[in-house]
Amino acid sequence: MVGLLFGIILVKSEAISWFRIQEMFRFQSFHMYGIIGSAIFVGIISVQIIKRFKVKTLYNELVVIPVKTFHWGNVYGGLIFGLGWAITGACPGPLFAEIGSGFFVILVTLLSAIAGTWLYGFMKEKLPH
Amino acid sequence: MDVIKQPWPWYVAGPLIGLIVPTLLLFGNKTFGVSGALRQVCAACIPANISFFKYDWKKESWNLYFVTGIIIGGFIATYLISTPGLVNINPRTTALLQQEGVKDFSGLLPQDIFSFSQLFTLRGFVFIVLGGFLVGFGTRYAGGCTSGHAIMGISSLQWPSLVATCCFMMGGFIMTWFILPYLLKL
Repeated sequence: MVGLLFGIILVKSEAISWFRIQEMFRFQSFHMYGIIGSAIFVGIISVQIIKRFKVKTLYNELVVIPVKTFHWGNVYGGLIFGLGWAITGACPGPLFAEIGSGFFVILVTLLSAIAGTWLYGFMKEKLPH
Repeated sequence: MDVIKQPWPWYVAGPLIGLIVPTLLLFGNKTFGVSGALRQVCAACIPANISFFKYDWKKESWNLYFVTGIIIGGFIATYLISTPGLVNINPRTTALLQQEGVKDFSGLLPQDIFSFSQLFTLRGFVFIVLGGFLVGFGTRYAGGCTSGHAIMGISSLQWPSLVATCCFMMGGFIMTWFILPYLLKL
């Protein structure tokens, strides 16, 4: 259900558009920066509220956010993803939304992304982290 | 209804996406992130005895439902609550892309690059297949994508996510400014 809403937001804000991503990387529009920036802003405030007031989950558990530890993959992988992001004009979320929007050729892109993930798992030990 | 059918401005879409973070946390400690679903698919379908894919993926299967939701949401948004039209991008971007060889500006994606008829051309292969491969490989290597690092990670003030996000942007700038014009000419 949350995924469904996310899909709707991605399409309605045109965040799944290849053109919007081009605009962003060319600094020719504030649109995508506004979306990502305000999402982070609301996210930070929500997480702070949850932490300060020790808000519990629906199942009455404490909210635990896994700690991310730095590794060089954040840098190397980040750069590689960035290159791909500017080519496909889509990060993983929008890939799914584009398929739903009737761009069936993006199924090929998604399968290729799955293949990329698989290759990472296959050669993980040999990569610098 | 008319307002919903128009494209939504960033100050509506962004905060709504931000609210996904606490919603998933409160629905049972789920951390927002899409690229993890790609790993799930690998673990479920082609684990091939690789330790990275040997874990109890069924426990995390919520994110497979999540991405299925995105597909359905994409369908609903496009076919039920949109009026078709071109994406209202900056005319300077349009002019630049035209110069670089993009012809179709009628939809969300340029059909002269992303379509089945282009798939077997060199340019189509690079954009459709190679691009996707870099996205899948890069996000997993980086440990997350725009949702997992940029939104979830930075929201919980984790500096490795900020580093990763800066690298996403760097990679994007390098591609857009220095490599993409050549790829578009293929």
